[in-house]
Amino acid sequence: MSALHWFTQVLEVLAALLAAPLFMGWINQCRAWLQNKSAPSLLQPYRGIRKLFHKDAVLASNASSLFRMAPYVVFGTMVCAAAIIPSLGTRLPISNAADAIALVGLFATARVFMSLAAMDVGTAFGTLGARREMLVGFLAEPALLMVIFLASLISASTALPAISEDIATRTLALYPSLAFTAVAFLLVLLAENARIPVDNPATHLELTMIHEAMLLEYSARHLALMEWSAALKLLNYACIGFALFLPWGVATGESPTPGSLLTSIPILALKLTAAGFLLALIETVSAKLRIFRAPEFLATAFLFAVLGLLVHLLLGA
Amino acid sequence: MNDLTLDMQLLNTFAALFLLTSFAMLSQRRVVTMVNLLSLQGLLLGLATLLLAWRTGQGHLYLSGALTLALKALFLPWLLHRLIKRLGVYWDSEPLLNISGTMLVGLLIVIFAFGLAQPITALATTTTRSAIGIAIAVVLLAFLTMITRRKAMSQVVGFLSMENGLFFGAMSATYGMPMIVELGVALDILVAMLVLGVFFFQIREQFDSLDLHHLENLREDK
Repeated sequence: MSALHWFTQVLEVLAALLAAPLFMGWINQCRAWLQNKSAPSLLQPYRGIRKLFHKDAVLASNASSLFRMAPYVVFGTMVCAAAIIPSLGTRLPISNAADAIALVGLFATARVFMSLAAMDVGTAFGTLGARREMLVGFLAEPALLMVIFLASLISASTALPAISEDIATRTLALYPSLAFTAVAFLLVLLAENARIPVDNPATHLELTMIHEAMLLEYSARHLALMEWSAALKLLNYACIGFALFLPWGVATGESPTPGSLLTSIPILALKLTAAGFLLALIETVSAKLRIFRAPEFLATAFLFAVLGLLVHLLLGA
Repeated sequence: MNDLTLDMQLLNTFAALFLLTSFAMLSQRRVVTMVNLLSLQGLLLGLATLLLAWRTGQGHLYLSGALTLALKALFLPWLLHRLIKRLGVYWDSEPLLNISGTMLVGLLIVIFAFGLAQPITALATTTTRSAIGIAIAVVLLAFLTMITRRKAMSQVVGFLSMENGLFFGAMSATYGMPMIVELGVALDILVAMLVLGVFFFQIREQFDSLDLHHLENLREDK
């Protein structure tokens, strides 16, 4: 492992950490434009996080240590995930430690800790949010795994960097199966990141919220970490999507040149800009589903992913 | 490895999208959307036929492709839309099985169809033989659509989608049926559609609804 590989690794994690709130801000801005509102500043999420870090934390008197620990665990898993996902280069020293299936496990860990922490204080809303989150999570996870299995089937590896490199370097061809799974992945991304058809990130209406309900008891630095990790999670999902379906422009090969690493940064920024706009567009044109329609939504995602697998087995493409 | 030529890749993509429209139809509650999907399915079928005609150089496929586009992508959906507007039936009642359940059953059907197609695929000599499984799956999914709906309109859409599947199967197994058969089937569909249109009005006149389980009673007094 050369120094450049480690440099790529560090750069990638730092980029993910710094870009995550910006990505969130960009989505919010696009959404405001599309809905004919005046947009908040691009840097608004940074300001929010900085403000929260300066405040004093308030804890419920019956909060256990798990409640205090959870934000750090969640944030830590998201940073780990960012280290495994090949967003800038495919030769990442740390990514040997975990493949794509372990990555799904990392997200599951974060979810479990968040739900436990939400139930810990014992308020009705926290419990409600945690239950709903688990409902969405247990349906989204198999769909996500199916998406990853198809990509593994095509490129004969479950390691995300290897998949990404394989798809990026093969000759360009139409893969109907990959198109199916791309749609499935998009649905999972929307559901997992509390985006509109399933949950509304901008609402605090008791009856509909899922993700926000779990954070109600948090304040100050804990809340800042939770919000930062939500932004990181969204960025991570977007980067998984790029790694599986749009891997071009990432620095590949045994010894990537510094030049290819340099060009991969603006390419990633470009992809994120497009993805953010697309997400805002989807959120603007679709209406929020009733919570009991969410299983249907995720069953569709699972169906798309399995159809992709079947089509791949039948047509070989 | 994917080392197919571009036109084969396109054909495969059409086949996959064809299957997708079937599933979309299965998951829809609105009749209007189902008709739009049927139109899309007809369009995909027509394009696939034309592409296959260009690839194999068989003249009669051009004709049947054009016929498919005109009839199944444009005329029949237009007719259905008109019927829907005149009858005022925009929604189907809730399907007999809930939507996620139906889709999971549909998934099992696709697996079954792909397994069923394997020996046929091994016997066929056409370049499109791998799509036979998709054709069988579309036929069976259309069956499922008809079984799980109550309203006459959705059942007719399922019926037409089944015909699409059969046509696609014939195309991928033997590059289409003889011209005379194709013309006959096209005419049949057209006439069936017109007759069914009259039927809808009669059914509604008799029962004040298009719900087909009224037809299950043999006598008028219950």
